[in-house]
Parts: sequence; structure tokens; C-alpha cells
Amino acid sequence: MLDLTYELPKPKVIAGAKHDWELVIGMEVHAQVSSNAKLFSGASTKFGAEPNSNVAFVDAAMPGMLPVINEYCIEQAVRTGLGLKAEINLTSAFDRKNYFYPDQPAGYQISQLYHPIVGEGEVLVELGDGTARPVRVERIHMEQDAGKSIHDMDPEMSFVDLNRAGVCLMEIVSRPDIRSPEEAAAYILKLRQIMRYLGTCNGDMQNGNLRADVNVSVCRPGAYERYRETGDFGHLGTRCEIKNMNSTRFIQQAIEVEARRQIAILEAGGEVDQETRGFDPVKGETRTQRSKEEAHDYRYFPDPDLLPLEIEQEWVDDIKASLPELPDDKKARFIKDFGLTDYDASVLTADVESANYFDAVAEGRNGKLTANWVINELFGRLKKDECDITQSPVSPAQLGGVIDLIASDAISGKIAKDLFEIVYTEGGDPAEIVEARGMKQVTDTGAIEAALDEIIAANPAQVEKAKVNPKLAGWFVGQVMKATGGKANPKAVNELIAKKLS
Amino acid sequence: MSDLNKLGLADARDLLRKGETTSVELTESCLSAIDAAGALNAFVHRTPELALERARAADTRLAAGDAPAMCGLPIGIKDLFCTKGVDSQAASNILKGFKPEYESTVSQQLQDAGAVMLGKLNMDEFAMGSSNESSAYGDAISPWRRSDDDTPLTPGGSSGGSAAAVAADLCLAATGTDTGGSIRQPAAFTGTVGIKPTYGRCSRWGIVAFASSLDQAGPMTKSVRDAAIMLEAMCGYDAKDSTSANLAVPNFEAMLTGDIKGKKIGIPREYSIDGMPAEISKLWRDGTEMLKSAGADIVDISLPHTKYALPAYYVIAPAEASSNLARYDGVRFGHRASLDAGDGITEMYEKTRAEGFGAEVQRRVMVGTYVLSAGFYDAYYNRARKVRTLIKKDFEDVFAAGIDAILTPTTPSAAFGLGEMNDADPVQMYLNDVFTITVNLAGLPGISVPTGLDAKGLPLGLQLIGKPWDEGDLLNTAYALEQSAGFVAKPARWW
Repeated sequence: MLDLTYELPKPKVIAGAKHDWELVIGMEVHAQVSSNAKLFSGASTKFGAEPNSNVAFVDAAMPGMLPVINEYCIEQAVRTGLGLKAEINLTSAFDRKNYFYPDQPAGYQISQLYHPIVGEGEVLVELGDGTARPVRVERIHMEQDAGKSIHDMDPEMSFVDLNRAGVCLMEIVSRPDIRSPEEAAAYILKLRQIMRYLGTCNGDMQNGNLRADVNVSVCRPGAYERYRETGDFGHLGTRCEIKNMNSTRFIQQAIEVEARRQIAILEAGGEVDQETRGFDPVKGETRTQRSKEEAHDYRYFPDPDLLPLEIEQEWVDDIKASLPELPDDKKARFIKDFGLTDYDASVLTADVESANYFDAVAEGRNGKLTANWVINELFGRLKKDECDITQSPVSPAQLGGVIDLIASDAISGKIAKDLFEIVYTEGGDPAEIVEARGMKQVTDTGAIEAALDEIIAANPAQVEKAKVNPKLAGWFVGQVMKATGGKANPKAVNELIAKKLS
Repeated sequence: MSDLNKLGLADARDLLRKGETTSVELTESCLSAIDAAGALNAFVHRTPELALERARAADTRLAAGDAPAMCGLPIGIKDLFCTKGVDSQAASNILKGFKPEYESTVSQQLQDAGAVMLGKLNMDEFAMGSSNESSAYGDAISPWRRSDDDTPLTPGGSSGGSAAAVAADLCLAATGTDTGGSIRQPAAFTGTVGIKPTYGRCSRWGIVAFASSLDQAGPMTKSVRDAAIMLEAMCGYDAKDSTSANLAVPNFEAMLTGDIKGKKIGIPREYSIDGMPAEISKLWRDGTEMLKSAGADIVDISLPHTKYALPAYYVIAPAEASSNLARYDGVRFGHRASLDAGDGITEMYEKTRAEGFGAEVQRRVMVGTYVLSAGFYDAYYNRARKVRTLIKKDFEDVFAAGIDAILTPTTPSAAFGLGEMNDADPVQMYLNDVFTITVNLAGLPGISVPTGLDAKGLPLGLQLIGKPWDEGDLLNTAYALEQSAGFVAKPARWW
């Protein structure tokens, strides 16, 4: 497989009043695992159900209830780890993170602090300008989601909906390798892309199925490199964690304003306090949520209700063997096998459905031509209808049929667009449509010549002008096309005109 | 037939099968005994209608020759077990009025085996205690009294109600749970038999959790045979409890041959603690002799980390409890404090938990929270876990050296008077569990068998500790000890 090679992007530099600053960003991404049942109960994970209808006794932490792990969630976490080229820990364990909150019914969240299921991995984050950042993943652990507290239904009371309580999340923890707001956005989108390929998280950010805590600090140029050389975090600035972001736009805004806030403090001779902050998109500022002094003591300890999680290497190997081709590999293959540009390959591999569609059409056909048709015609048309590729009325076989007719000179590119529109709106077999509606390209030079002769005879003045200025030959091409209903083979028309007007 | 309530499980079973009595008769006999024993405060929720209904169903099955192992046998259930539609409040005010929508696996299995539940039994609040004095229902009182005074005595704890009820013949047997000795110590205090099986033998599903890595359910009975019968019905693999062992359950009763010839019985020198009453030392020596006479080899053994067990236990158990009890927050079930205007969620938690939990529970929640706190975790919790590993290894080593069972006293003294420990340091109370706690830390099976009386006529028990999953062999050794000891004393009725 061809390896994609990229230049490293330059870190974002913010010019302060006194000097330049660089950004250092690490992210904790919470991805809801795609599964029918919760991590430790059989209750449904379906979104949008009646409040408190998807709640098993254990989800409500009723006395004496015990968690039993959902094996499918483990499989999904392993699959995600493998997709991020990460180390899979055959022994992991669950810990309790203790804190009181009404949407956390047991008073603790079951998580994996000490022994996560997935260890170190790496994600290549392309920025679309020929640069890409490899971001190291420190770990992925499984944990329970919380329920939802509702404070706006009653002036006196708060309500709790436990439907989401106990749904399996994967927390994907990066190293502080992200160096700009754009990289942060691209990182979470790349994770989303990979997880969608894997089918492990639907990545729906609006519904909170993918959200991030973003750790931001600033440092002077050169300091980051010293951190990377030594591993000593002392070279970096104090970080603040911006909690619970579920929009790439807000992530970028929040990083930018948080960095500028920290720079202003530092340049004024102050110190950044390590704390948890929230982003207010309306005011465009971050605000303290919890200072270090107020930080919870979570009193983590191994959950005695659950034995250590032991998985077999063989099982991991089976999962590995069943992984789909991942975006980076797919993209490299599209570039190598089909001669696509990096850009086209990126567009086509953005989601697995598009990539599979392209693969199906391109099989045995010209890759570049196929890419043009898929990206420009099909995607363009779908976009007009606000549809995605899964809703395409044109099947890969149908689009392939259109492309075959172009390749065999049966129809011109222009007619092909008309044909595509017919197939898109009415359906049918492209070859049959061409036949039935007489859309076949005229390559019979006799018929073209007759049409041309007629035009020459009717327009002597144009003929004279064209003889002086060969650029005017195009007018004759247009006239012939008009006369033949666009079916004349453009190459044959051009040749005949050149001959007749010379 | 009178005094049916005085029967044990095996005898009653045999009478039922011979058609010489009915489950309804047995049940009615127990219900009358319960009604007459209000002074013991053993049964705290009675379910007579339910009991008679189940008794009638049992009689139908018995008549049809379709009787499972415990068909028609009336028993009591410790309040820690969730019983569907029946008050289950773990003797705590915070769960006052709580009627679960589900039945614990153990009580369900007993029901499936045909046992008839008479009601729920008193206990220490959340099973935290050794005297049943921390109960929200008030003290359970032992049917036993010293020969020379009328001081009300503790039946032990935390399964004090179970022990009192079995000793006073209010039921044929009862369930208990044991986190640090809560089955064995009350059994010893009341002249009954109590076995804590290997951790993982009985499902914990539906039992209100105290310390999850230590909690085990077990039977409290009038004989070793009864314990074998009831344990078999209670235990077995349960997919709903991840710590439950997927192992076949042997026919324990069939293993009671009384033949222990050639068995190696270990006598751990570390259990001879300073200040142990002479009576206890003598009881232990006598028990050793009984096993020797029955053909066992007596071997002095060492369990060197024993002295660290109590402190380790009083780190681990409260740590787990502090987390397990966090769910009692007034949000979803149980008690919620009435709030003042302006009170928020923090006030709701604080007031609810302050009102709902008794002093001992609050103490343990605070200790547990402390030992898990940042900066103390390694010094306490992690160190205690290491000690636990060492204690477990002590036992593994002696079993690997060929020891079949270990004999110790169950308690360092006979039952004490209620209130006598009120002014004592809590650690004095915790010392009650000094011989039993190691067994929980190591996850081993342990059984207490009554083998004698002290000078004031109070029962004393010896503990046998077995190899993991070897309850059958352990019960047989206990059976041999029981045969030799011939303990038949019963409390004189005063209630």
C-alpha cells in the first residue's frame, strides 16, 4: 500500500502585545458507542424515546442491582482501537469514579482509569493543504454516559431523564499534539470519519454522540519542541480544559479565545490557573466552571462488582480481520490505482458510502473519468436535492452504464449529462434509454457533412470570416450540433470543419 | 402435631414427604411463634398471607409428588434481600417503605425450591454491625439469657434477626449475609449453624450491597444437615452477577458421611490472641480433640498475616460501602428530607443522608470516603488490598501443603449484653470479627458450629474454614464436629 506523505503543518502563532505565542492542544473525545443496549444493562440506547423509558433497574441504581458487561460494546471499543492502530490491552479493568449528581444514579460512573482497554495509537490529521499532523492517542477507555438533568420545566424543581444513563461511551484521549484550532477540528472530524467507517460511533455531534473536552495551553516558540524531546510537561504552559464541546466551529472559536485570554494574563505578568471552563458561543468567551480548589476528588477505585476484563488475542485478531479498509488506506489506493488527485481521493473517501460507491463504479473503468462523474455530476445533483449518497436514485451500475457509453463514443459528454438527468429523475438502463430515445452520437461523417454543407451554403459571409479567422470555426461546430440535436461526434465535426474551411 | 416450628429443615421435609404434616401446618406453627415473639424483634416485616398462599401451593405439589428440595419449608429472609413487593429496607430509614419490583436471585431460588417466606428479619443497618444494635427497627434480642441475670443479650450481627429467629424456633431456617462474619458470629452467639460459602457461590444480585468484594449470602440453620440442604438451594451460577462462579453445585447433603478419617485439620497459632477467655481456648482445644477422635490429623499451622486482617478489612469494607451507599440520595427511591426554601441539591443530599443513615453507617461512609481520597488512597486502600492478597496467600499456602480445613473459634467471647458496648471504642466492637474477617478477605467458605456453653450457659461456636469451592467437604467436617459435640441446648423461653 502506498503511504501518504505530508509536510507537517506550522503551529498556529498568535502575536501577543509583547511576543509570539504558540498553541498546544489536547483533546478528550467522548464517542457514544453504536450498540443496541447499554454498557451494563439490556436497556435500549435508542435516541428520542419517552423520558425514563429506556431504564433498567441497574441504570437507575436500584438497591442490589449489578452491572453485567455488554460484550458488543467491548468489541466496538476494540474495533475502534484497531482502527486507530492502537495497542489493545488483553486485560483491562473497570473503576468507579465517585461523585454525586442526580443524573448519575449510582453516585459513581463506571469507567476505566487504571487499566483502559486500548493503549497508544495514532491518527493522521490532514488539513487539506498538503499538510497533515500525526496526533498520538494516549488511550481509549470505556465508560458510562450520565443521564440528563432538566432544569427548565419547573421554577422549583429539576427533573432527571435516565434514558442516556449507562449508554457506552469511548473516551479517546489524545496527547497534546494538536497545534491549531483548525487541527483540532480536523482531528475530531478524522476520528469521526474512522469511527463511521468502523461502524463504532455514528458521530452525530448535534445529538451529543460525539463531543470533546479541549485542553488548551500556550507556550513560547521552541518550548513545545523541548517538551517533545524531553517528555517534560514543565516546558508547556498551564492548561485549561474547555468542557463538552459538540461543534467543530465552536471548538475552533473556543480555542482561539481561550488562547488569547491566557496570553493576555501571561503578558500582564499573571499566571494561568488550571481549571475547567465552559465556552459561551453567544458572548464568544470561556468562563470558569470549576477551579482547581473546587475540583472533585473522584475517589477512583476498582469496581468490585466487575471482574477484570480479559479478552483473547484470537478474538482481537478476528475483529482485526473483519475491519473494513480504513480512510487512509482507501485514499492511498484511490490515488495509486486510479490516478486520482489527493483532493478527489479525499472527497471520495470522506465517508465510507461514497468510497464504496466510487469503488463499485470505478471497477474496470477509467478512474479519473469515474471520479469526475461521481464528484461533479452525482454529488452535485444530490446536493441540489439535499440528499446524501445513500439516497442516490442512480445506482453504481447505472452510473457505470452512462460512463461506458461515453467511453465507447456512443454518446458525447454533453448528451451524457442529459442522459444522467434522465436516469436520475426517471431511472432505467442508460444503454436502453440512449437506444430508445435516439441519443446515440452520430459518427457517420456523411450525415455530418451533409449538415455542414447546408450550413456553409446558407452562411457565405460567415465562411469568409472564418477562413480569415480560424477561431470562428466554433460557430460552425455549434450550428452542426444544433442541426444534429447534439448527437454529432464533436471530433468528427471539428475535423470536417477544418477541412472545409481551409 | 405441636411445636412444628421447632423442627429443622431435614426433619420437617421428611415429615412432609411422609404426609405426616403439611406446609400449612408448619407455616401456621411458625406464624404463631412469630406472633408470640414480638419481644425478640426478630421479624420486622411479616408476610403471613403470602406465606400461607405459598404453603398451600407447596402442599399441592407435595401431594402431587412434585416437590422440590425445600418444598413447604417455612423460612425467614434477612431484610438485606430484595423481595418483590415486600418491604426491603436493609434495616435503614433511608429505604423506609421501599418495596422492590424484583426478587433477589437467592430468595428466588429458595422460592423455586419450594421454601415458604414468613417475612423479613432484623439486622444491623446495611449489615454494618456485630450486635444488631444499628438497626432502624431497634435491637433484635437474643432468646438466650445468662444463667445469672436477665440482661437482654445481643443475638450478634449483622444477621441478628436471622440468628434470633432460628434459635427461638420462629422459623425452620433463615438466610443471612456475611461480609466480615455476619452469619458466623450471630450463629455462634445463638447456638445455631451458619455457613458463609466461597465468594461467588451465591449470587449477590438483588441483595443490598455493603462491601461488594466481601458480601456473600448463606443459610442460618438448626443443624449442619439443614445448612447443606439450604445452601444447595441458595447457590449456583447467576449471569446477572459478574462475580458469580460458573460451577456446578454438588449435592451437599449427600456428602455428609461424618467420615473425616485422615483429613488434615490446621490449627492456626495466630488465632490464639492475647486476652482470649479461657473458655474460648478450652472450647477450641475440645473441638480439636473431637476432630482428632473422629480420625482427623491435627496440624499446627501459621497464617502469618492474620494480625493485619482487621485493619485491612476496616479499610476495604468502608471504602466499598462509601461508594455502594452513594445511591441513597433521595432522588429516586427511599427517604428524601423535606427541604427549606432555597435549598438546592447539595442540601437535599446532606439532609436526606443525615436523616436516613444511622451513626454506624455514617461513620463507615466517612471512613471509606477518607481512605479513598486523593493522597490517602495508596496509604490506605492500596495497602489494604496488598494485605488482602497476602492473607489470601497465607491460606493458599496451607491448603497447598495438604490442609483440608482450619479450625478456629468463631468469636472471642460469648454474646454480650445489648448496650454494653455503647461506650466502647468502635474498634472494640470490630474485634468481634477478628476470627471471621480473614475468611471474607480470602473469599473462602467458613462455617460456625455450636460446640459448647460458657459458664453462664451461653452458646459458643467453633469455626471451620474450607478450601475454595469445597463447601461439601467443609460441611462434612462440620457435620463430624457437630456429631461429636452433641450440642443440644436451647434457650429457655422467657419471651
